[in-house]
Amino acid sequence: MAETLSSSPKIWQHRNRNQQLLSWLIWLLGTALFVVCWQKVSESTTWFFVWDAPRIAADIGSRMIPPRWSYINELWEPLWDTLNIATIGTMMAIVMAVPVAFLAARNTTPSTRFVRPIALLIIVSSRSINSLIWSLLLVSIIGPGVVAGIVAISLRSIGFIAKLLYEAIEEIDKNQVEAVTAAGGSRLQVLVYGIVPQILPAFAGISVFRWDINIRESTVLGLVGAGGIGLQLNASLNVLAWPQVTLILILILLAVIFSEWVSAKVRHAII
Amino acid sequence: MLEIKNLVKKYNTGDLAINGVDLKVEKGQVMALIGPSGAGKSTLIRCVNRLENPTSGEIWLNGENIVKMRSRKLRRARRNMGMIFQEYALVERLTVMENVLSGRLGYVGFWRSFLRKFPQSDVNAAFGLLNKVGLDAMVNKRADELSGGQRQRVGIARALIQNPDILLVDEPTASLDPKTSRQIMRLITELCEENQLAAIINIHDVALAQMYAERIVGLRDGKIVYDGSPDDLKPDVLTEIYGKEDWTAVRKRKPKKDQSEDDITASEEHLAEMQ
Ligand SMILES: Nc1ncnc2c1ncn2[C@@H]1O[C@H](COP(=O)(O)OP(=O)(O)OP(=O)(O)O)[C@@H](O)[C@H]1O
Ligand SMILES: [Mg+2]
Repeated sequence: MAETLSSSPKIWQHRNRNQQLLSWLIWLLGTALFVVCWQKVSESTTWFFVWDAPRIAADIGSRMIPPRWSYINELWEPLWDTLNIATIGTMMAIVMAVPVAFLAARNTTPSTRFVRPIALLIIVSSRSINSLIWSLLLVSIIGPGVVAGIVAISLRSIGFIAKLLYEAIEEIDKNQVEAVTAAGGSRLQVLVYGIVPQILPAFAGISVFRWDINIRESTVLGLVGAGGIGLQLNASLNVLAWPQVTLILILILLAVIFSEWVSAKVRHAII
Repeated sequence: MLEIKNLVKKYNTGDLAINGVDLKVEKGQVMALIGPSGAGKSTLIRCVNRLENPTSGEIWLNGENIVKMRSRKLRRARRNMGMIFQEYALVERLTVMENVLSGRLGYVGFWRSFLRKFPQSDVNAAFGLLNKVGLDAMVNKRADELSGGQRQRVGIARALIQNPDILLVDEPTASLDPKTSRQIMRLITELCEENQLAAIINIHDVALAQMYAERIVGLRDGKIVYDGSPDDLKPDVLTEIYGKEDWTAVRKRKPKKDQSEDDITASEEHLAEMQ
């Protein structure tokens, strides 16, 4: 018995021959694709502008300093609008995303055949359209302003929140759910006692994370007329008022730092 | 009180987990269900409270067929069956008190339970039970801060506050040390006696089963192969339940290398003992 084992050693390989060949082929194709693409891009580029870019950048940079501090008095209101767009938009998204998430999660959906695909479709369509595009659409539907921004942010966020939340729901410990069921709890009671406590940390984390993203997204929505500080940014860029642009960028930076700080605090508090 | 008639459970995967089981458990009777891994012990008790739906057969509890029940009636029936789990199955992020009170969900309406406004009688009962299982001091701790033994005590309190007629217990001690295991088994059997509760206890530890149960049922491949008193559980019966094994063998000390002659005598002794 022992002899037969030692005379024909069994070979173990991470990948067999065909897999190795395939992996080489994929690398080769990838490299070829890169070279071809590079040539295409290179042909359609006016290289003069590219070589000239550092000089232009330095030129604009010098015009941007110093920021026009007095302009700040015109920025408080748009900044406030921006924060509102992000916050209210996120809250609306949460209200709509939570039911969608429960309908999409395999273990809570009433029907995997009919309801779940619809919920997944909502999630995909919301996620596949950028909030800037939502804004463009909405500005032409409900007109320019803060409302268009809020709706755009919330439509975009539904998919994000619902997707992460339904994944969290699908990962819960089913023993805890069974224990509540076994005690004779109704469907709603099972939800509140068995499922909600398990997903609460994920839920809070996701919401704050999305709010954080939305602060950043809402700063640009003004570019297409959906309200907020982007409106001022656009106006200043159009008249080449570089010192104003600097001030706006500084303000956006501060807002983003603030939102990061808040979300870090909140996440820390929950976990 | 509980009567199972010709129960069959076939999973979607094709596993025939229970293959025609007839079983009757009287009021106040503590029964241990033993058998090898995969014999269908968990499946059997999960069919009783319909965490799994039986493929065929009948389960009668207090004169009603559980297999036929639909949602509302099933919830009522489940109130009469307290379940205790191997991995405790406490809701980790809720407090000890909330976990115990969750045993009352079958009795309390949605809003009351949602707002945690349980009737005072339930709260009193919860305090009483926590006292009995020795967790007075832990009332407001979160379940994930407890040790295994403490968690299982919470699980026991949660099952008992349902005011059940029968306990369904799935390997209550499998994750606990030997001493805590005994304490938990003693607690369960004492509480059963005190409240005239029947119990079906799935357990791998045969010695523990013999010590605490008044009746032992052996399951193998989804069929009952032994049903009798703990004292009649002789090696041949164990072989019937679990398959062939030397049930009386005691672990020998490892012989030292230089005592090769003793080595031989030791194995001879071992052979003699096996006969
Ligand atoms: N959810 C399930 N889906 C499909 N098959 C299952 C499921 N649960 C159990 N089984 C199968 O049913 C059979 C009985 O399993 P069961 O868990 O009841 O055994 P057990 O006696 O409790 O074993 P153990 O002592 O290991 O807990 C096994 O063959 C198992 O593979
Ligand atoms: Mg089991």
